[in-house]
Amino acid sequence: MKILVPVKRVIDYNVKPRVKPDGSGVDLNNVKMSMNPFDEIAVEEALRLREKGVATEVIAVSVGPEKAQETLRTALAMGADRAILVVAEDVEPLGVAKLLAKIMEEEAPGLVILGKQAIDDDSNQTGQMLAALSGRPQGTFASAVEVSGDSVSVTREVDGGSETVSLKTPAIVTTDLRLNEPRYASLPNIMKAKSKPLVQKTPADYGVDVSPRLKTLKVNEPPVRSAGIKVPDVDTLVAKLKEMGVA
Amino acid sequence: MAVLVYAEHDNASLKDATLAVVTAAAQLGDVHVLVAGNACDAAAQAAASVAGVGKVLVANDAAFANQLAENVAPLVSGLMAGYDAVLFPATAHGKNIAPRVAALLDVMQISDILSVEAADTFTRPIYAGNAIATVQSTDAKKVITVRGTAFAKADAAGGSAAVEAVSGNGDAGLSSFVGSEIAKLERPELTAAKIIVSGGRALKDGPTFESTIFPLADKLGAAVGASRAAVDAGYVPNDYQVGQTGKIVAPEIYIAVGISGAIQHLAGMKDSKTIIAINKDEDAPIFQVADIGLVGDLFNVVPELTGKL
Ligand SMILES: Cc1cc2nc3c(=O)[nH]c(=O)nc-3n(C[C@H](O)[C@H](O)[C@H](O)COP(=O)(O)OP(=O)(O)OC[C@H]3O[C@@H](n4cnc5c(N)ncnc54)[C@H](O)[C@@H]3O)c2cc1C
Ligand SMILES: Nc1ncnc2c1ncn2[C@@H]1O[C@H](COP(=O)(O)O)[C@@H](O)[C@H]1O
Repeated sequence: MKILVPVKRVIDYNVKPRVKPDGSGVDLNNVKMSMNPFDEIAVEEALRLREKGVATEVIAVSVGPEKAQETLRTALAMGADRAILVVAEDVEPLGVAKLLAKIMEEEAPGLVILGKQAIDDDSNQTGQMLAALSGRPQGTFASAVEVSGDSVSVTREVDGGSETVSLKTPAIVTTDLRLNEPRYASLPNIMKAKSKPLVQKTPADYGVDVSPRLKTLKVNEPPVRSAGIKVPDVDTLVAKLKEMGVA
Repeated sequence: MAVLVYAEHDNASLKDATLAVVTAAAQLGDVHVLVAGNACDAAAQAAASVAGVGKVLVANDAAFANQLAENVAPLVSGLMAGYDAVLFPATAHGKNIAPRVAALLDVMQISDILSVEAADTFTRPIYAGNAIATVQSTDAKKVITVRGTAFAKADAAGGSAAVEAVSGNGDAGLSSFVGSEIAKLERPELTAAKIIVSGGRALKDGPTFESTIFPLADKLGAAVGASRAAVDAGYVPNDYQVGQTGKIVAPEIYIAVGISGAIQHLAGMKDSKTIIAINKDEDAPIFQVADIGLVGDLFNVVPELTGKL
């Protein structure tokens, strides 16, 4: 079977985001951008399934600016076979899910593996929405994925522990951090990735309206916490705790 | 405005997370609560006693026993003919179902709201809480998840809502529940605790974590949390994790022990009332948000502190 892996180009997770002074958004000028960390895990999981012989082809997809090519090249360098870029900026999860549903119709993958959340908008929606739009089952926040025949068993991280569900394929899976440790692309593979197929599309090619439904009125800094005091020793800390009514 | 709240429950009782959602929903309009489950009349009764709830809809069906999103989402989207908004707790459970409902309704969900500014306008954290966006929804119906720490809990008693049975389409035949492993907690639950003691990578290993952090937590009647590094290294189970991708907490007192203060960790705890940090590195970023900092080796400081409390 084929596996489709949607990957998003986002601010690198090591960078501290800065709110623009005019409150219009977060400043992404000259900021390091990378593949969303959860999506690296999704690519890794797809590659492992291919290496196990479960999958035959891994297709990376991104919806984003032209520069999202870099993110797709990273996926190709990790080992994905080919890539699709849908060029469109600032598409909301609902729009991304609609595009992915169309690509699912074209490619007929057995699994779509997404990240559980993009670390820029922190929406945690796209996979679940894709599952609804395609009428397929979902295994969200996966910490283990096992394919057998035409079903996939997904262990999910839930509050208080984990649960396991069995889904009929095609199925949608979203990754949690502990699913696997993504590989690094080796230099030869980075070179090889340059010649792997990457096609460019637009939302119009799929007949999908991606106009936003949410208007961002403003973006503010959160209330800043200022550093407090340092206490010299445990006795002073105990006294402070007593002042607060504990101990 | 007619507002539906999706209750989180275990068929027998209502989860606390539901109470904060009721508070958020009451800021929008008249609150009805949906309890979807199997043999869940006790949970429905608990929902009916929550102050401010006008009506409880109860959907009893074997297909809803484990609230699989494939089965429950069509039930909710079907009920939305009679409602303007549906609110879910932003818990693992709510986050699983809500977007599926939103897509069935062709609505863009508003995730993890911190406040209700107007009937169509909300604030929500983005970039791991490093920015707060004010967003206005242009959709006719709203699908919302609510950050529990941002709203007071509605009173679990005092209400006397009518309970009405509803039914859905049953089993969608796409998925089945295999089993779960839910850890038994001997301490307060993280998201409900007044005090939390959290340990990081510095705790070395599971037994060291337990012998260092647990006695302090027990002295304080506190819940135990952890950084991702501590969880990944296997010191404690994953549901101890506090942060962007773990639990969001806002206790009265948060004590971070041997935690550096990565932005992803801060995202989960920086709304705590008082933050106390114990770290041997005086330049650790955690001290930039701590109200009280103590620079020292935790293996000396923590046992001494536990002893003196
Ligand atoms: C997408 C993504 C999501 C993430 N989500 C989360 C999340 O939800 N929660 C989370 O916590 N992290 C998360 N992380 C990881 C985060 O970036 C950090 O790696 C992690 O928080 C570090 O954990 P730590 O502070 O325990 O370890 P470290 O950063 O290694 O810090 C250990 C600290 O202990 C101190 N120390 C060492 N020995 C002693 C001693 N004897 N006494 C006192 N102090 C000592 C050190 O000075 C240091 O400050 C995420 C990362 C990514 C990429
Ligand atoms: N623009 C995009 N392009 C490709 N994949 C995306 C995009 N946005 C979201 N996704 C996928 O959906 C997951 C969840 O994102 P979100 O719902 O935005 O938090 C991500 O981890 C990606 O796998």
